[in-house]
Amino acid sequence: MRGKSIALITAALGLMGLSGLALAQKTSIEAIEEYREMLQDGNPADLFEAKGEDLWKKKRGPKNASLEGCDLGLGPGVVKGAFVELPRWFADTGKVQDLESRLLTCMSALQGIDPKVIIDGQWGKGERANTTALATWIAAQSKGMAFHLPQGHAQERTMYEVGKRLFYQRGGAHDFSCASCHGEAGKRIRLQDLPDLRKAPGDGIGFAAWPAYRVSNGQMWSMQHRLHDCYRQQRFPEVVFASDVTVALGVFLGVNATGDKSAVPTIKR
Amino acid sequence: MKPQITTACLGLLAAAALAGCAGASRTAGLPSPAELDALTQKAVQESFKDHGIVKVKNVFADDETISACNAADAAGKPLDDATAKRLEALNMKTVQWPSDGKFLGSWKEGEKLAQSGRGLTFTDTAKTPNGGNCYNCHQIDKKEISFGTIGPSLYHYGKLRGVKDPNAPEARAMVEYTWGKIWNSKAYSACSNMPRAGHMGIMTKSQVADLVALLLDPQSPVNQ
Repeated sequence: MRGKSIALITAALGLMGLSGLALAQKTSIEAIEEYREMLQDGNPADLFEAKGEDLWKKKRGPKNASLEGCDLGLGPGVVKGAFVELPRWFADTGKVQDLESRLLTCMSALQGIDPKVIIDGQWGKGERANTTALATWIAAQSKGMAFHLPQGHAQERTMYEVGKRLFYQRGGAHDFSCASCHGEAGKRIRLQDLPDLRKAPGDGIGFAAWPAYRVSNGQMWSMQHRLHDCYRQQRFPEVVFASDVTVALGVFLGVNATGDKSAVPTIKR
Repeated sequence: MKPQITTACLGLLAAAALAGCAGASRTAGLPSPAELDALTQKAVQESFKDHGIVKVKNVFADDETISACNAADAAGKPLDDATAKRLEALNMKTVQWPSDGKFLGSWKEGEKLAQSGRGLTFTDTAKTPNGGNCYNCHQIDKKEISFGTIGPSLYHYGKLRGVKDPNAPEARAMVEYTWGKIWNSKAYSACSNMPRAGHMGIMTKSQVADLVALLLDPQSPVNQ
């Protein structure tokens, strides 16, 4: 599995190098479709999925417990269908949580793993990397299902309204907001097509595309990682892992994506 | 929670406001718009941290134009004309004009700046040269096929505007506009998507002159 995936990735990167111009003349979506076809039998995200499943079932942490009792919103241990209803409000924490902030709660309560280690951690390392793998496996269990985030609780609707304000918040040296790039249909940065995130951009696009494996850097990116890097490129400061800003934006994007089918784990540039 | 929403909707139904029910149920029991603004700012203060050269206090510093445009966008209604004009005038006052009277620099240097999207992120250092980010959003030189579409095409910018000699008196207004637009885009359109390259210190005066040359120099590939 691993050898095959790496060979395919290498082939894809080689092809990018050799025919860079040819690829540049296609839309980026077409080019990504090509990688996707090439990697169909061996999406490297499979490795992260397998790791995530293992981490869910294995007894770990100071309390030597598995995560199988974790309630992701549909009851303890229910994984299928949970992702397409997140972020949502949880009675036990009294907070609206996305998949990764919810995982922090479960890892802390069930396994005794300190959330601070993950919040202050680094992408691709230690328990932060474990959280990404868990998110990949959990999200993939809802592949093909349509997003339908609950908005019944006042806090869920409050977070939507806060998320909307964040989406339109310009700032920093360049006055960029999320909406600078994702507030209109049919726009591009260079050759990169940009989803219009004010509404449902389509199955497997925008919110419905993450977690994704990124071919360009060989990393598995969760939605938290995607938002973190969007803000970096916006010239904003670092957004704290699982912070209220990330959750509120998740609610805004997720509710707007209602009806779009999740395609995770996907493959991105 | 749900019973409350139902009651609110029934109340509206009784008032024969069927169409308003769905909208009302979304905002039922929510904080007021002003309270939501405050909650948003609280979340921002708690959710971002300084990283490298990017500081929270600078990124979210008070800026009347930015605050007004953010609020207008979130509310889904554009600024009223009077406010837009007032903010544009405010931004116009910030435009710094070339100290030596030279509006046009080197179009070749301008093209290099237009190509680069680097600088000022938290993974850059103070020494990273800033790019102009121009091709991210605009078509400029026809030879560059990798261009964005968030802004209008700038191909044939000078030619289409009839600028044959940028030093001629009849070209003066267009030359000044081009400089001013790059220095502070909000002086001409209060909520423009375009960065304020000079005003925010992204580009120096000499770099702005290079970009003006890229757009207006008759020798620039833009005008071929």
